[in-house]
Amino acid sequence: MKKTYKIDVDCANCANKMEEAAQKTEGVRSATVNFMALKMIVEFEDGQDPKSVMEQVRKNCKKVEDDCEIYL
Amino acid sequence: MNKKQRIMLIRILIAGALLVLLNFTPATGWLRFTLYLVPYFVIGYDILIKAGKGIRNRQVFDENFLMAVATIGAIALAVYEGSGDYTEAIAVMLFYQIGEWFQSYAVGKSRRNISDLMDIRPDYANVERGGKLEQADPDEVEVGTIIVVQPGEKVPIDGIVVEGCSTLNTAALTGESLPREVRAGDEIISGCINMTGLLKIRTTKEFGESTVSKILDLVENASSRKSRSEAFISKFARIYTPAVCYSALALAILPPLVRMLGMGLSADWGTWIYRALTFLVASCPCALVISIPLSFFAGIGGASNAGVLVKGSNYLETLSQTKIVVFDKTGTLTQGVFEVNGIHHNELENEKLVEYAALAESASSHPISKSLQRAYGKEIDRSRVSDIREISGNGVIARVDGMEIAAGNDKLMDRLGIPYISCHSVGTIIHMAIDGKYAGHIVISDIIKPHAKEAVQTLKASGVRTTVMLTGDTAKVADQVASSLGIDQVYSELLPADKVEKVEELLRRKPEKAKLAFVGDGINDAPVLSRADIGIAMGAMGSDAAIEAADVVLMDDDPLKITKAIKISRKCLKIVYENIIFAIGIKLACLLLVALGFANMWLAIFADVGVMILAVLNAIRALFVKRL
Repeated sequence: MKKTYKIDVDCANCANKMEEAAQKTEGVRSATVNFMALKMIVEFEDGQDPKSVMEQVRKNCKKVEDDCEIYL
Repeated sequence: MNKKQRIMLIRILIAGALLVLLNFTPATGWLRFTLYLVPYFVIGYDILIKAGKGIRNRQVFDENFLMAVATIGAIALAVYEGSGDYTEAIAVMLFYQIGEWFQSYAVGKSRRNISDLMDIRPDYANVERGGKLEQADPDEVEVGTIIVVQPGEKVPIDGIVVEGCSTLNTAALTGESLPREVRAGDEIISGCINMTGLLKIRTTKEFGESTVSKILDLVENASSRKSRSEAFISKFARIYTPAVCYSALALAILPPLVRMLGMGLSADWGTWIYRALTFLVASCPCALVISIPLSFFAGIGGASNAGVLVKGSNYLETLSQTKIVVFDKTGTLTQGVFEVNGIHHNELENEKLVEYAALAESASSHPISKSLQRAYGKEIDRSRVSDIREISGNGVIARVDGMEIAAGNDKLMDRLGIPYISCHSVGTIIHMAIDGKYAGHIVISDIIKPHAKEAVQTLKASGVRTTVMLTGDTAKVADQVASSLGIDQVYSELLPADKVEKVEELLRRKPEKAKLAFVGDGINDAPVLSRADIGIAMGAMGSDAAIEAADVVLMDDDPLKITKAIKISRKCLKIVYENIIFAIGIKLACLLLVALGFANMWLAIFADVGVMILAVLNAIRALFVKRL
């Protein structure tokens, strides 16, 4: 399953870091952050609940880049 | 400017003013130190907090960390050496923030620019309810609803015109400035602007399935597919920052140790630590990291404004390396519409002959009959026609106005035993016989698109080495079209599956670096589109399968757009490479100067911010593609 989320982040490098953090989160098959469109596209692994996975993704992103937001 | 940017601007101004003021304040010692801390914290508190959080989250090597270490280090050095020169550290922070501010402003600005370019999203649809017009959310309009589009409004949903006639401005969709005429019965796509008359439209799709939504979705998601250059940059940044940090550490420690232990000189710690800190300031990778995606984003935005939809940065990159362009003939180089192209050896007037042919063929729905009826141009009076006999694979015999009219190919004439004159023209030949007497023939052929020849020429001029044409048509027709257009290789009489095979063969034969583009109209060539390095679908408005299968979609069917697409991609990629080389080059040169002691912190921060601003401005250039 693929879902798109709106995000807010200030710098391109931070967006790259968010992407990396999201990819490493459990339950995420792949994640792409589109800095220019301010969007995060997440593909979940089968049988995962997007909501709880995204909570974790958000937490992990906050860890690498404090000044970011994912609108769930 | 958003709220964040406004606050930042105010902080920059306050810190700048304080800095100037403090320059004229004769305070010394700890008072001076405390006074200078005020602008430092005003401008840099968020950086310090972020750096602190980064350390806590074990994310040490980022720009915030670099800046925090460099400035705190410079202040500490000033205290230690008793020079009292705190200006440098604060100025570094100030310029860094100015750079960040500019970057955020420029990115926001180009985001808005691009969404303005793509300003095709309709806000409402007019639905008639109980004799009154109501504005409804396009999302809530069901298929089959009659909507009203007034002059000056955007067509919100795809549909068919049921009432009214008007001219449409399709510039936002296709980049084509020539207005299009529509009247009742015509299909109409969303995103066009109605210019003159009131139109009533029966919707055929939901808003989410309509052309506008599809295009917006495509463009918005395009920059999510990252190009190799972007992947390279993020990898580079990942290695680069730690590498720079360790180098700085080495620069601070190794030379003094060598001096002290190896050469017996004084360690000179202050100088080397200062150099290490300057090294950190100069090393920030911002320019690179921001300018590459920005260039692609601008390139894709500019392209869509010109009627070329590129589905991803990676495709823009591949498109720029195109060396072989393979065309499908029908619908791409030719219009795919058959027209009467010549009438030969006739004794009757041309119009009369076409009239008889059209009447005789009036019962058939074959494309050839259709084109005859179109050439006739008037309403067909069926009462004049009787006894229609269709002879499959040969033609028709019918009684028109009491005369026996035979219209068909060589075989029909042979069958009827009528001597005929063969034609040397390329196309489908329809021989006509009236009451058993030969009356000449009509040549019907597909017409080459007006810009096809120019397109092939400009492609060659722009660096495409080989042009190839594939077609299911006969060799005679194919060769004639190819030679009149100046196409290098022709493969004719191909079935759709053969086209895939041919493209695969061409792919095998070409060098690795030269990319192959296939251009088709998206109708039954979807497999070929997806097999080529890059699939270009033209005039694909409305054909969902084509939009799905292609990597690049040309919104109208002008072949010149192919050249345009390639030129846009070349320009964009050129900017990308310029930025990569420029940013990395200046960075490395700066780092070297700093390490050797030729540059101070001022120069380092100017280099950093300067490179970033120039790279961003250069990136925005990719947006301007009108005159390519």
